[in-house]
Amino acid sequence: MSHLLDIEELNITFGGLHALRDLDFHVEEGEIVGVIGPNGAGKTTFFNMISGMVRPTSGDILFEGETLVGLDPNQVTQRGIARTFQNVRLFANMTILENVMVSQHCRTKRGVFGSLFNTRAFREEEAEIRRYAEEVLGFFGSRLVGYRLEQPASVLSYANRRRLEIARAMATRPRLLLLDEPVAGMNPIETAELTRLIGRLRSEWGFTIVLIEHDMNVVRDVSDRVVCLDHGETIAQGSFEEVSSNSDVIEAYLGRPLESKK
Amino acid sequence: MTAEQVDEVTRGPFDFDIRGSMRRGLLLGLGLVFISLAGLPIGLDTRILIKPVLSLGYLSLIWLPFISGWASGTETVLDGVATTKRGARDLVRGGLVGLIGGACLSLLVLLMNWFDLRDPLVNWAPPLSAILQFDRSIAFGVLVWPLLSAVLSCAGAGLHIITPKIRSATLSAVLFTLAMAIFETFIVDVADFLDDKLYGQNGGLTVMSAIVVACLAFTVSAIGLGRRVATARVNYQQSTGKTKASQTTMLIAIAAITVVVVPMITGKITQELFANIGIFLLLALGLNIVVGLAGILDLGYVAFFAVGGYTTAVLTSPNRGPDWPSWVPTLPWWGALLVTIAISGLVGLFIGAPVIRMRGDYLAIVTLGFGEIIRILFLSDWLNGYFNGAQGITNVPPADFGIIQVKGTDPRSVFYLVLVFAAISIYVSWRLERSRVGRAWMAIREDESVAEAMGVNTVNMKLMAFVVGAILASFSGAVFAAKVGSIFPTSFLILVSIIILVVVIVGGMGNIIGVIVGSIVLIGVLGGPKQPGLLAEFSQYKLLIYGALLIWMMLRRPEGLVPNVRRSRELHQEEFLQDAWLRGEIDDDANTEEVDS
Amino acid sequence: MTTAMRGSGAGRTNVDRFLTVIKVVLIGVIVIGLLAFIAQQISPGNGFAKWTHDGEAASRLTGAQFKGLVVSGLSQGAMYGLIALGYSMVYGVLGFINFAHGEVFMVGAFTGFIMANKFDDAGWWDGAIFIPAVLITILTCTLVAMATAVIMERVAYRPLRGSPRIIPLITSIGVSFFIQNAVILLFGAGAKSYPSNPDWLQDARTLGVGSFHIVSLKGTQIVVILVAAASMYGLWHFVERTKTGKAMRAVAEDKEIASLMGINVNRTIVTTFAVGGAMAGIAGILWGLLFRSVIATTGFLPGIKAFTAAVVGGVGNLGGAMAGGVSLGAAEALAPLTLLEPLGVNGVSQLRDAVAFTLLILVLLVKPTGLFGERLSAEDRA
Repeated sequence: MSHLLDIEELNITFGGLHALRDLDFHVEEGEIVGVIGPNGAGKTTFFNMISGMVRPTSGDILFEGETLVGLDPNQVTQRGIARTFQNVRLFANMTILENVMVSQHCRTKRGVFGSLFNTRAFREEEAEIRRYAEEVLGFFGSRLVGYRLEQPASVLSYANRRRLEIARAMATRPRLLLLDEPVAGMNPIETAELTRLIGRLRSEWGFTIVLIEHDMNVVRDVSDRVVCLDHGETIAQGSFEEVSSNSDVIEAYLGRPLESKK
Repeated sequence: MTAEQVDEVTRGPFDFDIRGSMRRGLLLGLGLVFISLAGLPIGLDTRILIKPVLSLGYLSLIWLPFISGWASGTETVLDGVATTKRGARDLVRGGLVGLIGGACLSLLVLLMNWFDLRDPLVNWAPPLSAILQFDRSIAFGVLVWPLLSAVLSCAGAGLHIITPKIRSATLSAVLFTLAMAIFETFIVDVADFLDDKLYGQNGGLTVMSAIVVACLAFTVSAIGLGRRVATARVNYQQSTGKTKASQTTMLIAIAAITVVVVPMITGKITQELFANIGIFLLLALGLNIVVGLAGILDLGYVAFFAVGGYTTAVLTSPNRGPDWPSWVPTLPWWGALLVTIAISGLVGLFIGAPVIRMRGDYLAIVTLGFGEIIRILFLSDWLNGYFNGAQGITNVPPADFGIIQVKGTDPRSVFYLVLVFAAISIYVSWRLERSRVGRAWMAIREDESVAEAMGVNTVNMKLMAFVVGAILASFSGAVFAAKVGSIFPTSFLILVSIIILVVVIVGGMGNIIGVIVGSIVLIGVLGGPKQPGLLAEFSQYKLLIYGALLIWMMLRRPEGLVPNVRRSRELHQEEFLQDAWLRGEIDDDANTEEVDS
Repeated sequence: MTTAMRGSGAGRTNVDRFLTVIKVVLIGVIVIGLLAFIAQQISPGNGFAKWTHDGEAASRLTGAQFKGLVVSGLSQGAMYGLIALGYSMVYGVLGFINFAHGEVFMVGAFTGFIMANKFDDAGWWDGAIFIPAVLITILTCTLVAMATAVIMERVAYRPLRGSPRIIPLITSIGVSFFIQNAVILLFGAGAKSYPSNPDWLQDARTLGVGSFHIVSLKGTQIVVILVAAASMYGLWHFVERTKTGKAMRAVAEDKEIASLMGINVNRTIVTTFAVGGAMAGIAGILWGLLFRSVIATTGFLPGIKAFTAAVVGGVGNLGGAMAGGVSLGAAEALAPLTLLEPLGVNGVSQLRDAVAFTLLILVLLVKPTGLFGERLSAEDRA
């Protein structure tokens, strides 16, 4: 198994409903994989499962050769997988800086003792957390730094919240980044910019990325490989061109010709 | 976006929502009747405030029309919408509210004359009638109440008409005079020489001294002392960096010197009061970490207080239960303290672990259950051999530090000991809030599942909050044991948990200054579950007031008297965002098109 | 939901292990206690019993004692169940624990005391006229408790709708405190005694077939169980069959959608409080008839225990609440003598309340969704 992430025979049922069925999926180190599929296809469940928020009914998730099944979400993050949320979920009343600082929690270790006695190790760690937070925020240009650092996340515009979510995920220092509809709700200019940034996330920061996206332009521009889910099953895999011309995929999005509909 | 100049609209004196005002008047009447039947006027009548005009009993009634009158004139001011010119209209409205309210009380006077409802209403009796009739005739009472209530309500409404400067001067005159009268015991205890000058023989300000005090307060306020203080505060809040740090140091130094020096010059009553405030402050600081910082509603917090108290008592008292094995030593107080800290921490873990993964509200009830279980166990025959059941553990020796002995008969020593622990607790809260742990707590409070997905080990972090809280509470328990000299299960009722919770909430969740203010105001003035406060007369009414205060705070000011910036943002998110938008701080999507560098 | 699914497998932490230990210990105590109880019933002088009772033989529980415990447990449990319905419905609809619900019950019991005493003064609390008198009393208690619950909702909870869920919970603690102390101040702090019930209601009677006696119970216990069953049936009919009941279920599922469907959400919530309050009021008067004494703090413990019952049965699940109440009442009555006494714990009757709370903790650890499953809207489950 040389894949970074390897998913085998994954099933999940919610009270009889198959949210995911016999899913096989893998990600190579350094790859960008796009996951597409119509609404309700199980894409977000798929992310929830990898990040440990939902436990699969059967099957295995291997990350760097070790299983993730049964781990709590924070342990998954500790192993090196970070995610964003489809419906942006920031810590709205914490400042922008704090949002990015808190997500370095699992990469740092000073506890009560250090902070009470203000030890040298504690001060150095705090300084490093802050430095790294600013570095991550600086990746998005001038938008999230400067006077913004001390502002609560709730005052940000929608697009900036999405950027902050990505920054927060980056700050956990992951190897694999799961982006859930990163450009949803953005205007074309912002979308184009973020598409470029996703590319840079791999080239400059070395992240492997899986993204769920409905905007096919983005998927085409960034993905090395595309996977299409429908009704919890993989219906096509391959390059964007292959998948987008696949008849099953077209059918999943547009529906079947009349006579064969179930 | 600045408010444009909009003209004031003048409306006729009767042009207001009459039905709404009548409803308000009825509510006022209901309040007055409730206060009367709850017996406040009778119980508090012996306490004279201004001789011979006003007793605390009458004050418990007449403040309500005044406030109602003021409230009847409060109008929402909208930016850009014309406001109504203040004037006779306000007075008429206030008068109407007061009149109706007072009429309800008149009705009560009549009903009390006609019917006998003493069973079941215990206060439906001649003493209350006498007070409501001003010790004169029924007709006098019936006629005076509507009039008095209307006048007071008018006065309350009239506050809207006068200029802010005069308003604040008037209010400070009234409040200051009342405070001087209400806190007589405290003032005399601190400054003995004022006794004959201000107060009459059986207590209470004389009319003359009341007038003098009021005039003084009016003048001082009119000169603008209050505003200068406010300006200084704003300046302090806006200063940054070095200036702020030095100012903070200075403020802390002043506060420290004050709390150290004041008990030296006051009498025993005040020292006792300070000691009680201190013990509850310790508890409140601990609960503030659990509720305020980590957002865990722990209703069984008293359990840790109890464990602290009992552990110390067992380890120091010769009267601990007979069943303890001989290897459990008898230690000096400070030695017992170390063990107490360890045991409380363990109990914190033990109680914390099962509840930590529950939904927040289930957690509240389960911790409440744990609080009760622990008390029941201390009380039970089963463990009688260890904790002496209801008799409790007596003869807990004073905490002996060589130079001073801390014991209940010397409340000043207790206060200084409490001060040391309070300083430790404040330091702990302050450091933790600004560290990696504090950030994790904040994130958990905001959205637990996201915090977990971002790599925060929520279970460990919440347990840590539980344990730190437990240890801080055990300080309080240990001091309490040394102070009282005996430990009984009845000192650890659920009531204690609730009162500490009220202290934290009224003061301001998550804010250290707020918690201090809350302890001083509530424990100092109203008193703890069993400890009297400055208003010793209130002892039978204080729980009612605590309950009412808790409801009122939650409805009107959930962030507390001294809010924590973040907490209040959480509680008023919509308003906060609207304000930020008005100030232009929200970035619109339109201006995010700046090119990436 | 997700929390319930964790706890084993690769991600086990020390906390999980510790919880497993607690579960094993608690269940172990139950099993050993039960075994010891059975052993002591067979032979009171067995070795284990002697060991736990300092060398003396344990005392055997007679069949009549045992049945007596069951009956008193069931009748008390029926009242817990009635109160639990209010918790359950409010939690289902608004998603918060109405901590003050126990006080509604207390207000019901207090009203019952006042009415009963007035009737007794008039000589109506005995003889043939007792039946209409008691019916009027029950009706009044129900109405007063209903009004209390509705006013509570209007004054304290409605303004807080939409705020973080911890806020109404804290408010309800304040409400509970306020009502309790207001009652103390208005009516006095002492315990109030109901007038004595007519003999035919107070006397024990034996149920059985021919000469085979199944169980003997007091008339009041029969009344309690019958009235509780009737109320439960009425409530079930109301929720499942009427239009208002359907509206309630819709609001519980999703307030926003329900309001889009033309349901008056405010009125439905008020109805929920009113119905819950009515059930608590009935429980209050039944409590008064059974124990014939009420005090301002009467509402606190039964309130908490009723919440326990609601959790045991599964929050939002009305049948579950009733079943939970009955099982809690039975467990509370039986466990001290059948589990703890055989283990040599003395003064077991003092530990009744501790048993109830321990049961709550055990259920939340082992099956947090309750024995019969909870019915909550998606947002409340989070």
